[in-house]
Amino acid sequence: MNLFRTLRLSGSIGLILVIFWLAVALAGPALAPHPLGEIVDYDVFLPMSSTYPMGTDYLGRDVLSRILYGARFTITIGAAAAIFAGILGTALGIFAAVSSRMVDETLSRFMDALSAIPGKILALVMIAALGSSVALLIMIIGVSYTPGCYRIARSLAVNLNQMDFVQVARARGEGRFYLARVEIFPNMIHPMLTDVGLRFVWAVLLLSSLSFIGLGMQPPDADLGSLVRENISGLAEGAPAVLMPAVAIALLTIGVNLLIDSLRGQAKTATGEV
Amino acid sequence: MKSVLFLILRRIGTVLLTLFLVSMVVFSLSSLLPGDAAQQLLGQSATPEAVAALREVLGLDKPGHLRYLDWLRGLIVGDPGISLANDLPVAQLVAERLPRSLLLAGIAALVSVPLALTLGIASAMYGGTRVDRFLNTLTLTMVAIPEFLVATTLVLVFAVKLNWVSALSYAPPGASFGQFIAAYALPVLTLFFVLVAQMARMSRAAVLDQLSQPYVEMAVLKGASLPRVVLRHALPNAIGPIANAVALSLSYLLGGVIIVEVIFNYPGIASLMVDSVANRDMPLLQTCAMIFCAAYLLLVLIADICAIVSNPKLRT
Amino acid sequence: MSEHIKVSGLKVTAPTGDNDEVTIVDDVAFAIPRGEVLALIGESGSGKTTIALSLMGYARGGCRISSGSIRVGDTEVLSLDRSGLRDLRGRRVSYVAQSAAASFNPSKTIMAQVTEAVLIHGVASRKEAEIRAVELFRALSLPEPESIGSRYPHQVSGGQLQRLMAAMALITEPELVIFDEPTTALDVTTQIDVLLAFKRVIRERGITAVYVSHDLAVVAQMADHILVLNQGKVRELGKTAQVLKQPEDSYTQTLISAITPCRRDTGNEATTEQPLLEIRNLVAGYGRSDKNGMPAMPILKDVNLTILRGRTLGVIGESGSGKSTLARVVAGLLPAARGEVLLDGEPLPGTLAGRSKDQFRRIQIVFQNADTALNPSHSVAQVLGRPLTFYHGLKGNERERRIGAMLDLVKLPATVAGRRCGELSGGQKQRINLARALAADPELILCDEVTSALDTVVGAAILDLLVELRRELGVSYMFISHDISTVRSLCDDILVLYAGRGVEAGSRDTFQQPPFHPYTELLIDSVPELEQGWLERSRRPVAPVPLVDGVRDLELCPFLDRCPVRIAGTCDQLAPPRVVLSDGSEILCHHSEAELLLPPRDYAMAAQR
Repeated sequence: MNLFRTLRLSGSIGLILVIFWLAVALAGPALAPHPLGEIVDYDVFLPMSSTYPMGTDYLGRDVLSRILYGARFTITIGAAAAIFAGILGTALGIFAAVSSRMVDETLSRFMDALSAIPGKILALVMIAALGSSVALLIMIIGVSYTPGCYRIARSLAVNLNQMDFVQVARARGEGRFYLARVEIFPNMIHPMLTDVGLRFVWAVLLLSSLSFIGLGMQPPDADLGSLVRENISGLAEGAPAVLMPAVAIALLTIGVNLLIDSLRGQAKTATGEV
Repeated sequence: MKSVLFLILRRIGTVLLTLFLVSMVVFSLSSLLPGDAAQQLLGQSATPEAVAALREVLGLDKPGHLRYLDWLRGLIVGDPGISLANDLPVAQLVAERLPRSLLLAGIAALVSVPLALTLGIASAMYGGTRVDRFLNTLTLTMVAIPEFLVATTLVLVFAVKLNWVSALSYAPPGASFGQFIAAYALPVLTLFFVLVAQMARMSRAAVLDQLSQPYVEMAVLKGASLPRVVLRHALPNAIGPIANAVALSLSYLLGGVIIVEVIFNYPGIASLMVDSVANRDMPLLQTCAMIFCAAYLLLVLIADICAIVSNPKLRT
Repeated sequence: MSEHIKVSGLKVTAPTGDNDEVTIVDDVAFAIPRGEVLALIGESGSGKTTIALSLMGYARGGCRISSGSIRVGDTEVLSLDRSGLRDLRGRRVSYVAQSAAASFNPSKTIMAQVTEAVLIHGVASRKEAEIRAVELFRALSLPEPESIGSRYPHQVSGGQLQRLMAAMALITEPELVIFDEPTTALDVTTQIDVLLAFKRVIRERGITAVYVSHDLAVVAQMADHILVLNQGKVRELGKTAQVLKQPEDSYTQTLISAITPCRRDTGNEATTEQPLLEIRNLVAGYGRSDKNGMPAMPILKDVNLTILRGRTLGVIGESGSGKSTLARVVAGLLPAARGEVLLDGEPLPGTLAGRSKDQFRRIQIVFQNADTALNPSHSVAQVLGRPLTFYHGLKGNERERRIGAMLDLVKLPATVAGRRCGELSGGQKQRINLARALAADPELILCDEVTSALDTVVGAAILDLLVELRRELGVSYMFISHDISTVRSLCDDILVLYAGRGVEAGSRDTFQQPPFHPYTELLIDSVPELEQGWLERSRRPVAPVPLVDGVRDLELCPFLDRCPVRIAGTCDQLAPPRVVLSDGSEILCHHSEAELLLPPRDYAMAAQR
């Protein structure tokens, strides 16, 4: 593939990991050796073996199957939340940039206040108030990252808004909506996609942390973070049931990070920067 | 000099305004609770009279904005209410837990900052070389690893396999230095791991940004050596951005301590907050959230002041 | 031979995206005898800066000096190792960069930076270095030479910084000094001071120098030899007089003819005397307005002008004079604080929201920088099609056809329509930029420095195109520029702006010879001519004009601070009157026509009466 040749080694590793996890998210449950929740062995916390490639968990379930099911939750919720934040942040950012000063100031102040609440804290407060169903988790994590997206989108849009081509369109008599949609937005797509990619990594980490402290996904559903939590008592025995889901998360987030970093480096050399 | 003071005062003003807005956000979010705290506390079987009586005691019968003002006043005078879960004053619970969390975060920061800055600056100095690329990939990987993987791995290696330290970490008052180290080693190491990576990346970017400026090329063309170019020319201009990088990375600690306190059973304010979420103990939760936000804003404020003071355009 | 610097077979390559290299400087050879100045001249992309930097064994951003030989004295620069290069740079060869503002470290004092090379190379003690620096400050006619060193870069002006950078380069008494476009970023009236200062130190100290520039007229003043470059290759190398008078190479000839002042036939005879645009007592600026309607940061203060239908008004001024703000006000991008703008006798609403679609259509604006004026994510067809649809409701085939016609009008092939704006060259972009304005079918086009960002030859072609379009379409232009020779060659009427006030207005014939407003005179005298020895002959008073103390009144003459002929007691007390001179031009000055006709030194005496 052409993309592979142009990426550095780290980028290629990232790309492979991302493709792998996409496949797992799409086909994971179909590939799982055992159905969700099936207790396959009365021995709990079994080590790795050929029957159970990643051992068994605290109830004697197959860890590999649990991971394949859990990864789907982690990836879907993380991606949905990142996209939620990306769309909302971009829309509000452009809106602030082309609106009157007062609207911009008010919105920016409010977003500053939101972003002064560290993501995890904001998520905890919202979980306490609203609960933590899958839809709510997407919304809560999305909202936590919206101020960050907004800040980037607004600064991009404000810069673009100063550009001569927007001034020309304005002097032509174009309305605000046209300026935002046709002149400004198309030039923000690339940087915002990169930003959404990075926020996906953070969303996955936040979701896993929340589940790990027992405030994210609620049983019987389990994402990768919940798997670590429910098996934490096996840590003293060194069971793979604890480490494997955590390693799975790390492989997902590292993959995305490596790929995006490499793509960004590409974009830079393509525009002649060093 | 007058203008610097003015700028700093204005920054402080902005921070106070933001903190005020934050308090509104936190309060209104945590009042979104479907049903109410009185019903929650007494359970479904409680008589309506009992619920109404408790509502009055808790002040829940007042309109929202009055409750907010009461709460805000309480927060400012240091009396943020009574914890719903265990009937103790929130102030007392917080006063007991906060210093411990500060100690943990303080040690982690003290260990991480010097190493992170050294790594970041060195990496920028040898930008584009193999060393830089290796460090870049390494830190990129490190920031993507969840804290609990680091923590569990550390426990597995040092507590379970090697049995050097205990998996639980809390040194009681009067513990010896050795005990202290043993107790804090793993939590601090966990925080250190992600903190260093984050901070090194951000300070590298800050220095690299300066190194691409024309004045750096000018210094090279004067015959200045690489260390001179970086340390004498680029670094003084990077103080503001680096301070910002340090502040933002340290604010990561605020989230990081949550996981670390839970996993190591450390009785700090973060684990208190997690409990308050599980119990829906709103007065306690609100106070904890405000403490975290205030800490974050304080860090950002300090970074801003560093940037203002280090800039000769503002200083002179 | 006394060849002090000798370069041969120099080749520099730059990396491309896909691990390949492209040659940007190819087989360049020249020699410079001790104490002489060689100019490297060429347009953007000619490799002149790359060659200059390679004399220090330095290549920018991934570029590589791949072969050749560079000798400075007895040293082969290309065989030096890292520490050898460090010893060479700043000690034996030093560099004066184009943008002094960016090349000074903002967080260190000027003295620390000027003396740094001396201390790095251990040439002298810090104390002695500072003494040398002060001497150089004096030699370069810097104000307050004793104390200027203790300031920070942001506290001195651009022209001063440029001279300070020369001091920084000269302090180690190097064998070779590289001046890299050192006056390009400056206004002409500042440039001449800097050139005079440079010329003097070069002559007095017998410095061997390489002077990089795109401006032949500047080079004519500074250099003994000229090397003409085009796309990394040498086109011509010779003595300055020979290259200027008898250029052998065809490219050199194009360059010279592009900058030789020509009077473009404006074809204005057929036009009426009917005013298209009138501006009366215009005040505009940024920030909040006070109760008199005066903005906190006024940029334009009481500007009056008239553009007749079918004619071209040139607006000239240096950076900060408010000329771009004027265009923004007319376009409706910035509301006027006071005053009126009339289009065809009807008041034009100040804000965008107040204007009708037809009013928008009649006035179009073309910006300086075509790179930022075209949306990089749009295709040429999209850019040109939008005004056609927006103003004229064109769709489908009709629209396609008009796009083709517009491209034809600006002499671009129809195939360009499908390209993205980013893929075009600078000149092509500026043509599209112009075509977009024409697509609206406007009556007035505001041209804001439309040729400043272009190379001379490309810019000259755009000017010719503007003239031709006017003849064909009968549009009027407001042509904004900092370059008086361009304005004189193209415009029927000229308005000179200084610090937001119109100081002189008249037809272009009145700008051919005195009397002028003192600022106009300074402006005209400051434009270098393509002739050796012009700099020495320039009638410019050498001593800087002392500053005026005290609080400034907005009503006073805006040029007061820099005026070489101001009248103490009058100019700093009374508002200057508007005077109509016998040639029909109008100026804002206390001097009489007779005084303005005297040579400067004489009327400076007259002013002392």
